[in-house]
Amino acid sequence: MNEDRKLIVSSSPHIRTPRGTQAIMLDVLIALAPALVAAVIFFGVKPLIVTAVSVVSCVVFEFAYRKLMKKPSSTADLSAVVTGVLLAYCLPYTFPWWAVVIGAFFSIVLVKQLFGGIGKNIWNPALAGRAFLLVSYAVLMTTWTDGPDAATYATPLASLHAGKLVDGGLNAVWDMFIGNIGGSFGEVSALALLIGGAWLVYRKVISLRIPVFYVGTVAVLTLIFSRGNNHIMWMLQNVLSGGLLLGAIFMATDYCTSPVTANGQIIFGVGCGLLTVLIRYFGGYPEGVSFAILIMNCCTWLIDQHTAPRRFGVAKGKKKEGAKK
Amino acid sequence: MCYYNKVYNLQEVMLMLFKSHGGVHPNDMKAPANEAEISTIPQPPQVVIPMSQHIGAPCTPLVAVGDEVKLGQKIGEAKAPVSAPIHASVSGKVVAIEPHLNNLGNMVTSVVIENDFKDTPAETMVPATAEALESPEQIADIIREAGIVGMGGATFPTAFKITSGWGKVDTVIINGAECEPYITSDHRTMLEHPEELLKGVQLIMKACKVDKAYFGIELNKKFALDLLNFKGAKEMGIEIVPLKCQYPQGAEKTLIKTITGREVPPGGLPANVGCSVFNAFTAYSVYRACYEGWPAIERVVTVSGSAIAEPKNVKVRVGTPMQWVFEQTGGFAKEPWKIIMGGPMMGMAQYDLEVPCGKGTASLLAFAADEDRTVENPVCIRCGQCIDACPMNLQPIFMYMYEEKGDVEMLQKLNIMDCVECGSCSYICPGRLHLTHAFKTGKAKVQAWQAAQKAKEEAEKAKAEATAPAAPAEEKKEEK
Repeated sequence: MNEDRKLIVSSSPHIRTPRGTQAIMLDVLIALAPALVAAVIFFGVKPLIVTAVSVVSCVVFEFAYRKLMKKPSSTADLSAVVTGVLLAYCLPYTFPWWAVVIGAFFSIVLVKQLFGGIGKNIWNPALAGRAFLLVSYAVLMTTWTDGPDAATYATPLASLHAGKLVDGGLNAVWDMFIGNIGGSFGEVSALALLIGGAWLVYRKVISLRIPVFYVGTVAVLTLIFSRGNNHIMWMLQNVLSGGLLLGAIFMATDYCTSPVTANGQIIFGVGCGLLTVLIRYFGGYPEGVSFAILIMNCCTWLIDQHTAPRRFGVAKGKKKEGAKK
Repeated sequence: MCYYNKVYNLQEVMLMLFKSHGGVHPNDMKAPANEAEISTIPQPPQVVIPMSQHIGAPCTPLVAVGDEVKLGQKIGEAKAPVSAPIHASVSGKVVAIEPHLNNLGNMVTSVVIENDFKDTPAETMVPATAEALESPEQIADIIREAGIVGMGGATFPTAFKITSGWGKVDTVIINGAECEPYITSDHRTMLEHPEELLKGVQLIMKACKVDKAYFGIELNKKFALDLLNFKGAKEMGIEIVPLKCQYPQGAEKTLIKTITGREVPPGGLPANVGCSVFNAFTAYSVYRACYEGWPAIERVVTVSGSAIAEPKNVKVRVGTPMQWVFEQTGGFAKEPWKIIMGGPMMGMAQYDLEVPCGKGTASLLAFAADEDRTVENPVCIRCGQCIDACPMNLQPIFMYMYEEKGDVEMLQKLNIMDCVECGSCSYICPGRLHLTHAFKTGKAKVQAWQAAQKAKEEAEKAKAEATAPAAPAEEKKEEK
């Protein structure tokens, strides 16, 4: 009765979610799209070119490295594309293409692939690339030019770093919210980033823990220790300026470099917020987001180790007793 | 009957809205077989009845080659308490007693009966007397004699579960969650035999000496839920509990937690927290044993999956080869790539279609190759979804790391032995890691290590005792 049939025999489960790594990365790219649209509206086509250069070089470096090292290709998972987009987003749109390529090389080869590729790197590749470019090409990284007339001007962040509110009251806050300000082109529009964040949460790519606790910590700290006479305004401008939302929504939530446990993610978010405010207030650079996240990245393993979920069937206080057995 | 007109009450809507702990939400894929009424298929010309269809000691055959057997005649029994007798599922002649492949991939002594298609009932197939059904001991006895085991697939002898729980169990839970995708056999049983099912639950309550039972049903079986309430479940002391559709809602420990809020301690049994869980089909089998005299020789089986021509729910006699069931239900529409006995999350993949259906076979699934989502290079991206999905609060991501390294001590520290192998972590993993498989092997490694450790300790102890008068100080140190 038995026909000559080839059947697969493997361990259960026999079904898998349709959402693989590629699908998740695709969702992240979709979530990043509104910010690019905003950048094009406010800065013209140049952001598109920077993004394209960054993405192409990230993918090429990843492909070449894996090929050279005779490792299975990982370009199909789209993670290199995400890194490319994120790296571009934290650059000024005037950034020269050759420096973008150098940043992409640093991100992909040194930070990501040398540690073993996706899922194994310690630091967020895009942020580490940005930090590298910031210390290597400080002038290029902090030269903000406005539109076609190319006049150099200060970003809201520089003003805040000097302890001064941006003039213009609610109008200024509205400009910061929609993105009508200077800065790295992917960071400027809070609205676009929030739309992207909502998509990620809706698609269950990220949980709200890290972004909410990160931004919440910054908000609470800047409200309590506000500089200037309008506390609320100071808080709002701090939350909306710089790379805070881009960092909190897209970088601090990077799977690979943030804790995996629920409590760990809360600690991570609070830590990032604390460090961001400290650096913004007392640091040499006006922006603290990238360094705050990079520092917290170092603590990820440690946090994970101490935030294991409560063992099923064992009361909270008896956690250690159960573990010993 | 119309199954679409579903009106949910507030409690049920709240259940659906809020996230409960752990678990995953695979597409339940029950629609194709949900509407298919339980039907019968022609009996096979020959049945192969394995002598081990339960957890515990295997049975020894009571018949010899050449014997004539009747339907429902006891053909195998073990003296051990954790076992269940085995009955002939057709009448006819024993043609062989030999090892056959079973669903777990083992060779098991099996009785092969050639069917005479007469279904001549054995003398033992008579309903129990009314007074027998008043005494817990006698009900437990009938259940034992009928060979009833946990019909959800765990196949733990039901009578032993009842008697060992006396004095400890205050709550009976009936598992009608049927949380595994594709399977609809319990659902159809609830729809088509609600009164029998409730009577079965009453018998179990009586046998367990308990007057309160919870009947948990997932909300994708809304109609069954209302039907059982309509049939007077409440008056019988049976509370129908709507459950959120979530895998593994029907896992024993998860179900107890959801319904009573109690957590079974690690390594413990439901009886440790005063609960006893029975599958819905087990309750139906208890009814049949007590009121109709039928032993566990028939089970409703869902035949479904992407390679199946027409998904169905059919009554299948124990010992019917899978091949026969597939043939009689319309066969394959596509070339099967994987064939599973049981659910897609915890069932066993089969390579030989001659394997017979058993007492706990709730479904036979055949998948076409387009269900294949495995990849050549599974890579963890540290998304942590496995941690969110684990119903046992484990950390699959780290367990997998240490399993790969073979670090048994760390595996034990991470409580790998708590793993219930539900498959949620593997299901949700976007990197397509073989997590559950790794934990099955990891658990075996830990068990071997523990055994070795124990042997070592005992050897040391024996040595210390032998040299005790010479070095008492050393012994004290070891004790500390």
